[in-house]
Amino acid sequence: MSAQHQRLIAALAQVLPSANLLWQKEDTAPYECDGLAAYRTLPIAVALPENEAQVQAVLNACNAFGVPVVPRGAGTGLSGGAMPMAEGIVLSTAKLNKILDIDSLSRRAVLQPGVRNLAISDAAAPYDLYYAPDPSSQIACSIGGNVAENSGGVHCLKYGLTVNNVIRVRAVLMDGEIVEFGTEALDAPGLDLLGVMIGSEGMLAVVTEVTVRLIPKPPVARVIMASFDDMTKAGHAVADVIAAGLIPAGLEMMDKPATRAVEEFVQAGYDLNAEAILLCESDGTPEEVEEEISRMSDVLRHSGAIRIQVSESEAERMKFWSGRKNAFPAAGRISPDYYCMDGTIPKKHIATLLNQIKEMEARYGLRCMNVFHAGDGNMHPLILFDGSDEDQWRRAEDFGNEILEACVALGGTVTGEHGVGIEKINTMCVQFDEKERDAFFGVKAAFDPARLLNPDKVIPTLHRCAEYGRMHVHRGQMPHADLPRF
Amino acid sequence: MADLTNDFVAQIRDAAAAKCLLNIEGSGSKRWYGNQVVAQRQLATTGHTGIVEYDPAELVLTARAGMTLADIEAALAERGQMLPFEPPRYAPESTLGGVIATALSGPGRPFVGGVRDFVLGMHVIDGKGDVLKFGGQVMKNVAGYDVSRLMTGSLGILGLISQVSIKVLPVPVATATLRFELSEAEAIRRVNEWSGKPLPLTASAWEAGILHIRLSGARAAVDSAIHQMRGVVLDVPGAKIFWDSLRDQTHPFFCDTHEMNTNQTLWRLSLPAIAPSIAANRLQGATHQLIEWGGGQRWLWSDARGDAVRAVAHELGGHAVRFNNQHGGGETFAQPSAALMAIHRRLKQTFDPQGIFNPGRLYQGL
Repeated sequence: MSAQHQRLIAALAQVLPSANLLWQKEDTAPYECDGLAAYRTLPIAVALPENEAQVQAVLNACNAFGVPVVPRGAGTGLSGGAMPMAEGIVLSTAKLNKILDIDSLSRRAVLQPGVRNLAISDAAAPYDLYYAPDPSSQIACSIGGNVAENSGGVHCLKYGLTVNNVIRVRAVLMDGEIVEFGTEALDAPGLDLLGVMIGSEGMLAVVTEVTVRLIPKPPVARVIMASFDDMTKAGHAVADVIAAGLIPAGLEMMDKPATRAVEEFVQAGYDLNAEAILLCESDGTPEEVEEEISRMSDVLRHSGAIRIQVSESEAERMKFWSGRKNAFPAAGRISPDYYCMDGTIPKKHIATLLNQIKEMEARYGLRCMNVFHAGDGNMHPLILFDGSDEDQWRRAEDFGNEILEACVALGGTVTGEHGVGIEKINTMCVQFDEKERDAFFGVKAAFDPARLLNPDKVIPTLHRCAEYGRMHVHRGQMPHADLPRF
Repeated sequence: MADLTNDFVAQIRDAAAAKCLLNIEGSGSKRWYGNQVVAQRQLATTGHTGIVEYDPAELVLTARAGMTLADIEAALAERGQMLPFEPPRYAPESTLGGVIATALSGPGRPFVGGVRDFVLGMHVIDGKGDVLKFGGQVMKNVAGYDVSRLMTGSLGILGLISQVSIKVLPVPVATATLRFELSEAEAIRRVNEWSGKPLPLTASAWEAGILHIRLSGARAAVDSAIHQMRGVVLDVPGAKIFWDSLRDQTHPFFCDTHEMNTNQTLWRLSLPAIAPSIAANRLQGATHQLIEWGGGQRWLWSDARGDAVRAVAHELGGHAVRFNNQHGGGETFAQPSAALMAIHRRLKQTFDPQGIFNPGRLYQGL
């Protein structure tokens, strides 16, 4: 370890209890990656502050040393947003995990960033309230991480994303200043900095407190499972439901490879002959749900559903959903590795993209299964590959990039809810031009002039984009393989 | 229908080169909102019109900023959809750009969301005359920072919003309005209790001992809520006139000539919904209030000093806006902390390095 690193660790040791500072390799190894395990780096140290003053002190120390800080929530992110930097430290908010207040009358919860997403709803349950955004990792992911990623889930179409459900964030800037974005009211004076803070992937400030809205728990939810013999028909059915003036609580689609994989795994009773299955949920009061389910069933039938089943009990509803919710582990069961993409496209292009993906499967020689949030056009193609085969991983990455480029070409985006992180930093070159990327750098510098907070993520440099462009020409033959690429 | 983007770019480049201060405006229907702009040239977006894309099944409408709100609402109504954030229609020629740049939301704000919640993406022309595209036409998009939200409510100080994509929603199948006689404190408590239950509340308004509640959603849900909540059911056309008058601020409360003529200021207090009553002894004029958003938005005519109003709002966890600055009493908006103000200045520097856009409208010196 260099003398500089030793001095930094000594400075951090002065502001943190010894158990809250990790710097031995065996202790920092668990932090070398987040949910995107393909990218790993060991940081100089990991700081685990347990209060805001310690967060401030850690940032002050790193600021003084000019050392980058990578904030980390629960580490469940799928885009490498919390991947450490070799010359930086990781600041984990895991020990800031208290629910500070729940006010049932004003329907607000004040939380430290390390509180798990599901724990919020659990704590609100006695008041018949809950926190709506439900990313699939909700059992483990933390609200601080949700703020960083603007996390979604299966109910966004009706209930919104993190940005629509968080009203206030308290945070520490890289220079140690404590700031509050938003207020306990519905708006704040000045520019909407809260809106920019949410989804900023830990690059603008370190969150120390979050106020979220809680909403009444719908007394009833029922789900329709509809089978289609044709992917295009299923895609149109999604549009038909929305065009009929219905906003389902959830509207999910799975293609045949996906239903087959999950059916083997959880026996959800899926129609294995269907080319696509739609899960369409309604929630609310019993009367409301009955009215909606009837209207939704009519539309789906009209759109060519060949089989329709409506859950008759909570147990049956959970069974219908079990397949969708277990799609990722099911993919893990039929393939050594899978690579999950997250592009979003206008709904009318769902079938187009799925057909393009089919063609890519043949070209890259890799299988892909599709489970996704059809209601908001957020696609999650799962590319199956074997990571022990270097060539397969490279093909999977290229396959993934091509899917994301197709999403942009169809008027969509490279990431709907997982974030850019390090994973999609190259495809940002496709979605944004140099001037837009410069504006992003400007926003970053407005909050963090020293550019020390998670600085290697999200926004690609001009140099990087030039290189990505060249790599496209010589796909698979990376020039200067020895250059650091962050 | 005309695309004036190139014309705007030319005007901005020209102004930037000459360091000429520009007042970017739509129809000017909200010119009184914010501080006065001292500009050397006007840049009107009104001719920049047209729906670029609208597919009801996508729930997304993309239009140029000069398009009038009236035309947009007519196009949506044709397909049974609406702008869920119910922006005030101060004039028939109010533009989409103005709606987004002021981010004023109507009665449904706490229940369905505000302007910021429905902005999906936009094209912005920055102070160098570059056209930048942020966000997109899809509901879920986390690629890069959310610059579209930063522009929403920025009063044109960062750039010219030239095209916007917004999320729209179907018009609810059923709507009903209930009337209750309740004191201020009781009304706020009741609305918040109801809001915690699965009832289809979409607006609330209290004034002078009367609380109005709007319910909208599935027919069965509205009927069941009427049954549970009791209250007097208003006739539908009368109720629509009432909610429109709140949305458009044509309700007599907003047009009180006595108060306008007696040197009073209309304040908008944005507070936590359950903040205690702004009792008359704390603020002059607090007896004449209109309370919306379940207690979250409190309108107040008062001749109290601006700093006194702001102090009360701040103490209660919110902030105060000098909404109708007819008497020129000082800054419209409360000052953010020094650290946040520094971020504001650096953002201004990034998007408008010459400082030519709407100088002072949000804050003096910005």
